[in-house]
Amino acid sequence: MTISIDPQKANNESLQPKGWLRYFSFSLDHKVIGIQYLVCGFLFYLIGGTLASAIRIELASPMSDFMPRDVYNQVLTLHGTIMIFLWIVPVVNGAFGNYLIPFYVGARDMAFPRLNAVAFWLIPPSGLMLVASYFVEGAAQAGWTAYPPLSITTPQSGQIIWILSVLLLGGSSIFGGINFIATIIKLRRPGLKLMQLPMYCWAMLGTSLLVVLSTPVLAGTLILLSFDIIANTGFFNPVLGGNVVVYQHLFWFYSHPAVYIMVLPAFGLVSEILPVHARKPLFGYTTMVFSIMGIVVLGLVVWAHHMFTSGTPPWMRLFFTIATAFIAVPTGIKFFNWVATLWGGKISINSAMLFSCGFIINFVFGGITGVALAQVPFDIHVHDTYFVVAHFHYIVYGGTVFIIFSSIYHWFPKVTGKMLNEKLGILHFIITFIGFNLCFAPQHWLGLNGMPRRVAEYDPQFQFVNQISSLGALLMAISTIPFLVNVFLSVRNGKNAGDNPWNALTPEWLTSSPPPVENWEGEAPLVEEPYGYGKEISEQK
Amino acid sequence: MTTLDSSKEIQKNNSEVNETHEDFRMFGLITFLIADGMTFAGFFAAYLTYKAVNPLPDGAIYELELPIPTLNTILLLVSSATFHKAGKALLKDKNSDSQKWLFITAFLGIIFLICQLFEYFHLPFGLTDNLFASTFYALTGFHGLHVTLGTLMILIIAWQSRINGGRLTSQNMFPLEAVELYWHFVDGIWVVLFIILYLL
Repeated sequence: MTISIDPQKANNESLQPKGWLRYFSFSLDHKVIGIQYLVCGFLFYLIGGTLASAIRIELASPMSDFMPRDVYNQVLTLHGTIMIFLWIVPVVNGAFGNYLIPFYVGARDMAFPRLNAVAFWLIPPSGLMLVASYFVEGAAQAGWTAYPPLSITTPQSGQIIWILSVLLLGGSSIFGGINFIATIIKLRRPGLKLMQLPMYCWAMLGTSLLVVLSTPVLAGTLILLSFDIIANTGFFNPVLGGNVVVYQHLFWFYSHPAVYIMVLPAFGLVSEILPVHARKPLFGYTTMVFSIMGIVVLGLVVWAHHMFTSGTPPWMRLFFTIATAFIAVPTGIKFFNWVATLWGGKISINSAMLFSCGFIINFVFGGITGVALAQVPFDIHVHDTYFVVAHFHYIVYGGTVFIIFSSIYHWFPKVTGKMLNEKLGILHFIITFIGFNLCFAPQHWLGLNGMPRRVAEYDPQFQFVNQISSLGALLMAISTIPFLVNVFLSVRNGKNAGDNPWNALTPEWLTSSPPPVENWEGEAPLVEEPYGYGKEISEQK
Repeated sequence: MTTLDSSKEIQKNNSEVNETHEDFRMFGLITFLIADGMTFAGFFAAYLTYKAVNPLPDGAIYELELPIPTLNTILLLVSSATFHKAGKALLKDKNSDSQKWLFITAFLGIIFLICQLFEYFHLPFGLTDNLFASTFYALTGFHGLHVTLGTLMILIIAWQSRINGGRLTSQNMFPLEAVELYWHFVDGIWVVLFIILYLL
């Protein structure tokens, strides 16, 4: 059975608002939805960044003098939840996935456009609800992990709003995942083979599998947690015979894959950006595909490495240590493939390339500390210290956020038809890179020396290093200014980009900039070699 | 609105967009049901862990009565068969037969829910009595929610398969097929739940 796109629908499309107003409508166009995700995510990034600045201001002195301790807990909970569920996951999956995947598979839209719009429009209300919970008897205080019994004993209204909000965002994520799987597997242009797809498609396929398999478990867990809070049941309440470790298992069954949900798409994006700016084919396409799928499978069976101090039995520690160490293998393969892609290439030093290289440097550092953390004796020493905070931010900020910026510099000409200013872009990179490393590298030292995380007050001996870290955070806050100025100036008076300013070969560059509503004027092009750099252009056709 | 077309080839008219592609709504539904199944898997895993490591307080171990849940299992299995009959009838353009079978299926679903409620009211424990009681109500309640939604959807498609003006025809089978798959899924979950919760 087949579905044909009715001309009626095309007429309805023409009734939709034009210009910038369409970004506020229930648009079914995957490109509009992608930009909606990106801008909405960026606004929440600014909120989450402000909260991070508040945390660093508080930690510049050993006493809790900037805000009371319970407010500090609310701020760190909101910071974590907003950054993960409202910035990184929606942007690196939703924004770039919606914008690029239909181009890459040679389609005119996603498989389920209405579901796609619903998935986006779940995000702003749940995000606003989460932020607003601060003004209603205070936000949740139990951190983004919401471990019971802490989440059961802290004030209820904030925690319940937090749960509702995360459930809605999880639903949005699942709808998106279903859509990506269907689009990549089923909506490919006839003649396009799976092994000819750009790497981002593979990354999104793997990510979406993780989303579909693990997010529902988090939803179920949070429903049980809300029963504990509202109905006084005892699933996770030891006083009533419950078991807190069960919550941790179920939570990390989602939340460890969530790390891959945040970083796998970034792997895909960097694999698109590096070959273009190094003018070389992506090194080791097949090994890249198998490493992504390897990470997906292994990522589902390593969750208990977050729980080495939760009374896990020795056989479990052994299994999860080994499984975690194994993840370093496919990740290492990808890392060496990127380096080999750059090796001997005709590298252009521009903002997109710089952010991608920054990603490679930061990510390998975060990866090494990750392997260290997987070892039980070391993990027991640094568990719940700033070492973990540093490791996590090296992966998620140094890794994924660097790639988000790199991707914005790379695809901005396609989306708007205008080039971004390179000087401001390089300035943005330099401040971000220095600020980021200044902020988080010292935290490794803090953690090794025993400074616990999630506390507003600390031993005065740590003050100087904390102030260095806060200085780095200040630089990171400043770094958004050249970026925002750049975007606003370039949208208005940027240099015209033309259809393909980077001379890239992936399909999204083979249409006009910005692309028309249905992506291509004529038939979708068949791109059999998305990374065929260094070959004759005529061979492409 | 999408319309259905039997041709599989990509058609392109000169000016207006009129392409066709394979119908993959069923593919999307299966993906969703896998996700939904993972929610149940999480609940089952939690229940089995509790059973293994969290001993109940003295005198709190309840033997569940088997007659009602066994009857419920039979009801759901029969309803899967009657739903299948409805699909067969619609495929042969016998809309009124199809509608009849759908109403029988919905009726079986409602009887299931009534039996479930009857069991709830006659159990010797409440939601917050102990860990086993809480897990029991959470699991059966979450499944019951699925049955309720399924029954409502069956009633809707039964209404839509009416002879005059109904949307369901042998050319437009998808709504019926989708609800049928969902219903079989809910029945399958019940069988697993019955084995884990009542028999183990």
